[in-house]
Amino acid sequence: MSLLTTQNLTVRRGARVTLDHASLSVEPGEMIGLIGPNGAGKSTLLRAALGLIPAEGDSTLAQMSPTARAKAAAWLPQAREIAWPVSVAHLVSLAQNEREDAPEVLAALKRMDLLDFADRKATGLSGGEQARVLIARALAQDTPLLLADEPTAGLDPAHQIGCMETFAALAGEGRSVVVSLHDLGLAARHCTRIVVLSEGRIVADGPPREVLTEALLAEVFAIRCHIAETPEGMVLHPLSQVKR
Amino acid sequence: MTYPRLLVLLTLALVALFIASLLVGVADMPISDSLSALFGGGEGPLPMVMREIRLPRALLGVMVGVSLGLSGAALQGYLRNPLAEPSVIGISASAALGAVIALQSGFAALFALALPLAALVGAAICVLLILLLAGSGGTLSLILAGIAVSALSSALTALVLNLSPNPFAANEIIFWMMGSLADRSFLHVWMALPIMAVGWGLLALTGRGIDRLTLGEEAAASMGVNLKHLRLLLVGGVAASVGAATAVAGAVGFVGLVVPHILRPLVGARPARLLLASALGGAILVLTADVAVRLILPGRDLKLGVLMALVGAPVFFHLIWRMRGRS
Repeated sequence: MSLLTTQNLTVRRGARVTLDHASLSVEPGEMIGLIGPNGAGKSTLLRAALGLIPAEGDSTLAQMSPTARAKAAAWLPQAREIAWPVSVAHLVSLAQNEREDAPEVLAALKRMDLLDFADRKATGLSGGEQARVLIARALAQDTPLLLADEPTAGLDPAHQIGCMETFAALAGEGRSVVVSLHDLGLAARHCTRIVVLSEGRIVADGPPREVLTEALLAEVFAIRCHIAETPEGMVLHPLSQVKR
Repeated sequence: MTYPRLLVLLTLALVALFIASLLVGVADMPISDSLSALFGGGEGPLPMVMREIRLPRALLGVMVGVSLGLSGAALQGYLRNPLAEPSVIGISASAALGAVIALQSGFAALFALALPLAALVGAAICVLLILLLAGSGGTLSLILAGIAVSALSSALTALVLNLSPNPFAANEIIFWMMGSLADRSFLHVWMALPIMAVGWGLLALTGRGIDRLTLGEEAAASMGVNLKHLRLLLVGGVAASVGAATAVAGAVGFVGLVVPHILRPLVGARPARLLLASALGGAILVLTADVAVRLILPGRDLKLGVLMALVGAPVFFHLIWRMRGRS
């Protein structure tokens, strides 16, 4: 059974169409990378699918009540907001009715390597540590589906990889993750499926090796890339801009 | 300090100040006589002073303080801004406008509760305007709507004063706007209490939502918070409690701003826990100030709102100073 299905999801901002008839279905066990240039509609697609912004068309999550949706999908917004100096454990436990000793909370803290930080004030941590705390909060919601908007932005390389490996492990457990990314190398390496957005439209959708071709990257991103198969898997390096 | 221990300490302080408020006044009486008059009753001036003047004054102090402290904590949590206080959404200014119109037109003199009722009407109109203006937008639209309504109310209040043909009426208006608990009766308590209680109930329900709002609106919504419901609870709760508080006590500032600020570090900065703590803290602050106005200048009718601003502003200076030191 699909964890999320959108049908012709369309978002207008004034006269401009920021998301144009996006239809997408997410199955259990998928790790989906949502890529596209700035303004292509990645965040818009995720937020419209959740029903956080008004949209035309259908989305299974947007039709749910807020409470039912909270059990069906977790959402990690791009803006890393922590308004008050609360403890890390409390922040993560917000996903579990403030039960700081709930097994889901402890598991999420452990998974993000935060057990030693549990009693620290979240606002006193570094940007990268805060990002891990917020990922832990989303994991603690313990939902079959996780939607994350640019979760690796601002993280050092080790934590970028760590974050993607955590998401891939979730997919390995039969959950699904949809993650918007700017780093095409991370997308190529860690995702089981790539969805490409350009000017609000889904222009490609499939396994990384089929979707991430030099022609498509030149067309959508206006870049020339080096793509190689290595013993470590697929490697993708942006090289230069292409004049259009 | 643990949360339950903090609540116990605040409650003990509140009880002590409540008793102090009953014992301090123009009529200088021995403590034992005052208490026996309060509980024993009987004939004569002493039981009358205790039961009809000091008891309602102390009760109103608690009620007004709870309303302002609780509203301040809820608004700061909802807006995720430590500078928010009940006046940002314009309720106190609109309630004051209602009262000022009642004083100016002579409506206030018609019956005992005419003035507070007019203030409540002002607060109610303000809520409708704010909800209409802010629509379903985010917290920013709520603040902007509040500022707009507040500015309009202040301008209309100034207009009423400006056009006032009678200097005595203008004087009365200015004194009322300074805020006071003097010369109130049980009529005021019974009028304000049910409205405030509804407000407190609505605000108590915001705890879960404002705790989750620590992570921002989208994250809170994704954790099951219904932002539209939350906003209605908040605006309705602040309007009922602060509207009723302004109606019976006039404009008393700084309580809703300073109390949550001081107590926040003691509750681990958790917005939901700050609600009850600030309600108790607000009552403590208002009772303290109301005892102080009677001790500092007895017989001169120093206004509660004036003292609060005189004490509140330096506390605020101190907070800014400390914040500067940290950053």
